[in-house]
Amino acid sequence: MTPEKLKLASHVVAINWNRIEDEKDVEVWNRLVNNFWLPEKVPLSNDIQSWATLTPDEQLLTMRVFTGLTLLDTLQGTVGAVSLIPDAITPHEEAVYTNIAFMESVHAKSYSSIFSTLCSTKEIDEAFRWSVENPNLQKKAQIIESYYYGDDPLKRKIASTLLESFLFYSGFYLPMYWSSRAKLTNTADLIRLIIRDEAVHGYYIGYKYQKGLEGLSEERKAELKDYTFELMYELYENEVQYTHDLYDSVGLAEDVKKFLHYNANKALMNLGYEAMFPSAVTDVNPAILSALSPNADENHDFFSGSGSSYVIGKAVNTEDDDWDF
Amino acid sequence: MSAVAATPAVDRETGRHTSSSLIYFSSISENTHRFVEKLATDAARLPVYTRDETLLALEPFVLVLPTYGGDSGHGAVPKQVIKFLNVPSNRELIRGVIGAGNTNFGETYCLAGDIISVKCQVPHLYRFELMGTSEDVDRVHEGLEEFWTRLSQKQAQQ
Repeated sequence: MTPEKLKLASHVVAINWNRIEDEKDVEVWNRLVNNFWLPEKVPLSNDIQSWATLTPDEQLLTMRVFTGLTLLDTLQGTVGAVSLIPDAITPHEEAVYTNIAFMESVHAKSYSSIFSTLCSTKEIDEAFRWSVENPNLQKKAQIIESYYYGDDPLKRKIASTLLESFLFYSGFYLPMYWSSRAKLTNTADLIRLIIRDEAVHGYYIGYKYQKGLEGLSEERKAELKDYTFELMYELYENEVQYTHDLYDSVGLAEDVKKFLHYNANKALMNLGYEAMFPSAVTDVNPAILSALSPNADENHDFFSGSGSSYVIGKAVNTEDDDWDF
Repeated sequence: MSAVAATPAVDRETGRHTSSSLIYFSSISENTHRFVEKLATDAARLPVYTRDETLLALEPFVLVLPTYGGDSGHGAVPKQVIKFLNVPSNRELIRGVIGAGNTNFGETYCLAGDIISVKCQVPHLYRFELMGTSEDVDRVHEGLEEFWTRLSQKQAQQ
């Protein structure tokens, strides 16, 4: 699929960071810059012994999962985030997309760091060959790519948000699973940095999508909403197949699917829509959730507890500085 | 004619007064705002921009807020909320906090709620992600009702 001609921002003016039209641009730029990291900072070699405790099937699965993630990050870095630049509303939004594009390339490279630390060249080449030959992996990349080359800026943002906030998670599940079993914990630390970045990307692109909806006719809004859910279903069906391809060999497919549902809901929320999957199918394995975030467990729900131990608020001497964490 | 009419306006001080039992901050991304809307209860929104006058609470309230920042929790509590809680009378009336966030932020998930819970010694009642699911809305709706009932019963006993 080749675009007929190169599409770039039609008119460029010198960017003035002292005159801001949308404060979200500055907020997200600062957050992305503060989150900046490189794979070389993570001591991946500490996982070599742990890697050796995995069975050959488990090793193969892990490598395939990571080549799948590499493909998505490559797509988002070289086409996805860049394709959003010509449609940006503010010059600062363009700058944020260049940051997103670069970080996606860092993510893609970081999987190669994991591979070179843990695997042989022959194994690496075979895993990359698998990523080219797996039809469901190729299909998901093609679906998204077709919208990036399409001519509807808002649909591009929908596709991009679903990639950032939904399509990665069949892959992200596995390092969280290993981490919950105290395996490949340094690799999991690296993946958590990627997960954090993707959350900001999905949030921001979804926000810009919602800004783009402002002022449109109700018909057009309804069309885009229908389109979002149709695309989600199409990607979801393919994602289920892909999940079975990968995880049937280790019996984890059903557990992964709950994680998919949970993240599909969050992707829709990033676009401003209500969650689609009911709570009965989003009950993610608590071990996976706590590998993702140690604060996410049910014990933190005061309403579910006896609730008898609340404390009445007391005035504390508090100044601006105290709050400046 | 009536005594009430002769009473001077309450809103003498600078800032806006609110009697809402639910006060929240939401940035222009509107996630927290959407959650509060779904609760379908009387609620007051803190100003979006720090430069604007903050609210002054008149009645006990629960605060709903998202977490900002990512790395190591720096800047987790939005500045607008800091400005609001720097008013001593607002801190005296806070009774609980509800945090919004995203588990993708790992250890800093809903960190702003934790910080305020410790600072103001009130319970962190609930955590939800982004704009919350319908289940979150139901639980918070019921949970808050029970919470206020228990609080008033406890006060009546004292």
